Amino acid sequence: MTGTFAFDGRPVPFTEGQTVGAALLASGVYSWRRTRRRDRPRGLFCGIGVCFDCLLTVDGVPDQRACLRPAAPGLDVRTQIGTGRDDLVG
Amino acid sequence: MISSADGAQQAAAVTAAVTAQARPGLAVVGAGPAGLAAAVTAAESGMAVTVVDAGLRIGGQYWRHGAAGVAADADLHHDRAVFADLSARLDRAVAAGSVRLLLQHQVWALTREGDGGTTVLAVDRTDPARPTEIRVAANHLVLAVGAYDRQLPFPGWDLPGVMTVGAAQALLKGSGVVVGPRVLVAGTGPFLLPVAAGLAARGATVVGVHEAAHPAGWLRRLPALGAAPTKVAEAAGYAAVFARHRIPLRHRSVVVRAHGTDRVTAVTLARLSSRGRVRPGTRRTVPVDVLAVGYGFTAQSELPLQAACAVRVTPDGTVAVTVDDEQRTNNPRVLAAGEITGVGGAQLAVAEGLLAGAAAARSAGLRSHADVARARARRDRLRRFATAMHQVYPVPPAWLSQLDGDTVVCRCEEVTVADIDDAIRLGARDGRTVKLLSRSGMGWCQGRECGYATSCLTAHRLGTEPDLAAGADRPVATPVPLGLVARGGLHPAPADALPRIPNPNPIPDPNSLEEHR
Ligand code: FES
Repeated sequence: MTGTFAFDGRPVPFTEGQTVGAALLASGVYSWRRTRRRDRPRGLFCGIGVCFDCLLTVDGVPDQRACLRPAAPGLDVRTQIGTGRDDLVG
Repeated sequence: MISSADGAQQAAAVTAAVTAQARPGLAVVGAGPAGLAAAVTAAESGMAVTVVDAGLRIGGQYWRHGAAGVAADADLHHDRAVFADLSARLDRAVAAGSVRLLLQHQVWALTREGDGGTTVLAVDRTDPARPTEIRVAANHLVLAVGAYDRQLPFPGWDLPGVMTVGAAQALLKGSGVVVGPRVLVAGTGPFLLPVAAGLAARGATVVGVHEAAHPAGWLRRLPALGAAPTKVAEAAGYAAVFARHRIPLRHRSVVVRAHGTDRVTAVTLARLSSRGRVRPGTRRTVPVDVLAVGYGFTAQSELPLQAACAVRVTPDGTVAVTVDDEQRTNNPRVLAAGEITGVGGAQLAVAEGLLAGAAAARSAGLRSHADVARARARRDRLRRFATAMHQVYPVPPAWLSQLDGDTVVCRCEEVTVADIDDAIRLGARDGRTVKLLSRSGMGWCQGRECGYATSCLTAHRLGTEPDLAAGADRPVATPVPLGLVARGGLHPAPADALPRIPNPNPIPDPNSLEEHR
């Protein structure tokens, strides 16, 4: 399965078997999260699902690990700011 | 840590797909080299086996491969024939109904049943938008959950573009992605070599491989080296690749700082003394696009600790499961194989997996036809090599002298060195209390990345010995949607039942980390 998904509205191509994180790196995107406390950029670190640094929002659901999530056509992938739940904070 | 990880919609959509199935003989957690060997050995002995693994495909980290299979990247893989054999036998066992293979299933807890069996609780993520729970009840359990790269904090290590060597390798093997045009590989241990060679072979410019240790350490351990001739041949192969791609390999050299604002753009290197301390006046800064770094491996110890397995700290500072000659833990129905019994590589893992599978079958009253004597001899030989490897590639103490107050230690909770010092000033006298006061290790990854550093830094400041096992107990092995936990019968081992283990590698004199020539 090859195709494209959207990252913050821009198309990102992927090839068969790639994860969302791998496809982003291949497109030159190295960070897709800002941390809660210090607003620092983060991207992929451990690459195997251990560190949770690579969290992003997929189809409206935050806290998805980019290094594990298989890329699929049409996914709406977005940078995660803080907890990714700003809509829930009053 | 319990979290509402997958969002409110998802938690609401979660269905408790508790499978009411006949109790199988054996559950194997992990489908890497050790788990595969255990599963096929047990299945061929007549056991009903369920294999559970979080990955998309079998093979674990070592034989990680993309959609086109291991053969498509033949040059990146070792022991391909072993993998081909194990996967063919697994396919046959699956077809025969003796193995049930559950991929994309992440185990988050183990519960001990009254009859001595174990129930494995896993999150089924085959549909990533709709995780469900599955339970596997088994009389015997083989834990083969592997390891991940050990990290040491340094200023700038939280910048995007700084990643583990395992990540660089996983991206290459699993997704065919070369992490950057200019990559610097650093840390310690033989794993740096295949990662650098693979990156170069796929077109990256490897600007250098910086190994903290010195290979002269092997000279004093030649018998152990002789016990693993294939490892020597492998190393010679990498030397040839390095020569072909003109990759500089530097020993006693470490990264002490990463530079950049939104992404790493350069790293500062320094030379080490023979005792692993930074030599003054040896710093130099080189431009990079990616830094791939790792200081050996940490075993995934949370499931063994949940299963109340006895553990020990191996000479490389990893918390490893103690097993007997047949790979049995202190609970004879729970076996352990591969990196979690002490980091030693895939060949050792396969030998241990075979022994664990055969021992489980024997314990269930079945006869195994596996060549146990040969596997045992091989395991013992490779274990000797692994122990020597831990001694040749120790974690150098240099990092402790290179930290700034605002160096992040815990990446998840953004806890800095200064925060840890504050906790100590408030009276914390051990890693556990530092963790509670500073929140270091209390985020998403539950201290997997920073646990070692927090323990060592605390001990270093206090002049005590780090308690490495204290940070390794995690009641939940992976964050799971709240809806699942609400339904799950979560019975972790009580924290106070965990053993305290002294570190065999005491941290050197805290006051003399900068060494003068
Ligand atoms: S990069 Fe560590 S969990 Fe994805």
